[in-house]
Amino acid sequence: MTKYLIGKIGLVVWLTIVIIAGFAMPMVPAPAQWYELPIIPALEEKARIIFFHVPMSWTTLVAFFASMVYGMMYLKTKKLDYDLRSVSAAGLGTMFCILATITGSIWAKFNWGSFWNWDPRETSIFVLLLIYGAYFALRSAIDVEEKRAALSAVYSIIAGVTAPFFIFVMPRIMTGLHPGAKGDEGGSTPVAQLHMPPNMRVVFFASIIGFTILYFWMFNMKVRSARLEAGSQQ
Amino acid sequence: MNAVKSLFIPSYFIFAKDSRSELRTRYALNALFMFVVTALSIILFSLGSESISPDVLAGILWVIIFFSSMSGLSRTFVSEEERGTVLTLQLISSPTPVYVGKLFFNFVLTLSLNVVISLLYMLLISNFVVASADIFWTTIFLGSCAIASSSTIIAAIIAKANTKGTLYPVLSFPIMLPMLMTVIKATQLSLEGAFFTEALGEFQILISYTVVIVAVSVILFEFVWKD
Repeated sequence: MTKYLIGKIGLVVWLTIVIIAGFAMPMVPAPAQWYELPIIPALEEKARIIFFHVPMSWTTLVAFFASMVYGMMYLKTKKLDYDLRSVSAAGLGTMFCILATITGSIWAKFNWGSFWNWDPRETSIFVLLLIYGAYFALRSAIDVEEKRAALSAVYSIIAGVTAPFFIFVMPRIMTGLHPGAKGDEGGSTPVAQLHMPPNMRVVFFASIIGFTILYFWMFNMKVRSARLEAGSQQ
Repeated sequence: MNAVKSLFIPSYFIFAKDSRSELRTRYALNALFMFVVTALSIILFSLGSESISPDVLAGILWVIIFFSSMSGLSRTFVSEEERGTVLTLQLISSPTPVYVGKLFFNFVLTLSLNVVISLLYMLLISNFVVASADIFWTTIFLGSCAIASSSTIIAAIIAKANTKGTLYPVLSFPIMLPMLMTVIKATQLSLEGAFFTEALGEFQILISYTVVIVAVSVILFEFVWKD
């Protein structure tokens, strides 16, 4: 119990430091101190979104992947507990997906001029939202628990295998605004190249780690409450 | 030889059964044909004497194809549920031949439907001039493969759900979107009069998409089909 409490407090402290660092590290033309970030032309203070928006999108993918893997494990073992985990991961994934979409959209308004541009990555996150929507629509349309678990697992696996077409193929075909898209001077790669000074990189990865642990903590709580709910219905 | 016996012959019988039942009742064919005529006339009315750019016309063509597929292709599995013949099929055949037979039936249905839609579209919309016929018909063929592959497994899923009709396009659209974007791009190339080699990248995406979806469907179909 105390171990759990220490972990929870550790996570809160960790994320607080990340948020403070992400917002408050000063941006100067020529960074000399360890806490100073360089000014990136055309982005300036707006560059800070990378500390929060990218980890949110990352967590969305982690949740999507977790939901798919638990779906596979359900199909293999037919234990309904895996279905509870799968749906909990999908629920959290939806939340992080909405957060990533909203933060990105607001940022796009100020940097690219409009809330939505149908850039390849925007299209992919929109499709991910549609998949989550379809997943929950499917679940609510099936009454039998076992059938619901099996069919939604199958659907999430099919959606999972089409995801590479978005993540790798589509952004290569269309020109886009995100880093790593076709026509980007850094070269088009499946994962955007990081052109970041070391201290920025530390905050960035600290944020990714923090968000991932946050996801696992929320996932743990959600699964336990889902188990209680499932138990009380019987 | 064994594979032929255990997979292709039963699949052929499932396909033959579905085709015969379709040709007798003409449920999907009649409804689909009227759907296509309705959709096309709505577009013709709304276009009026306006001249639309070929890029938009390529998109509209695939909107018609997508929604007509959505109104007809779920039939193969939904009719089994409605007529209560699922258990019989489960008894007489293992899951994979059922899937392959129905996939092939859906493919033939989609392909003939798409050919009819494309011909009508070319006849009725004067702005839609296909400059490279080889790209266009290859796109229609590979697009039909891709639509049939993804719609068959989704049809098997929604046949078990309560709200079948509305759920079908909702579940299919995110799965089909990579393929739809690719075929629209390829159709635009065919209208611009590109060389066949320029569209090879699109065709590669369509082929790999179809192969991936069919492979995953064959593995997963058993879980959907068996109660």
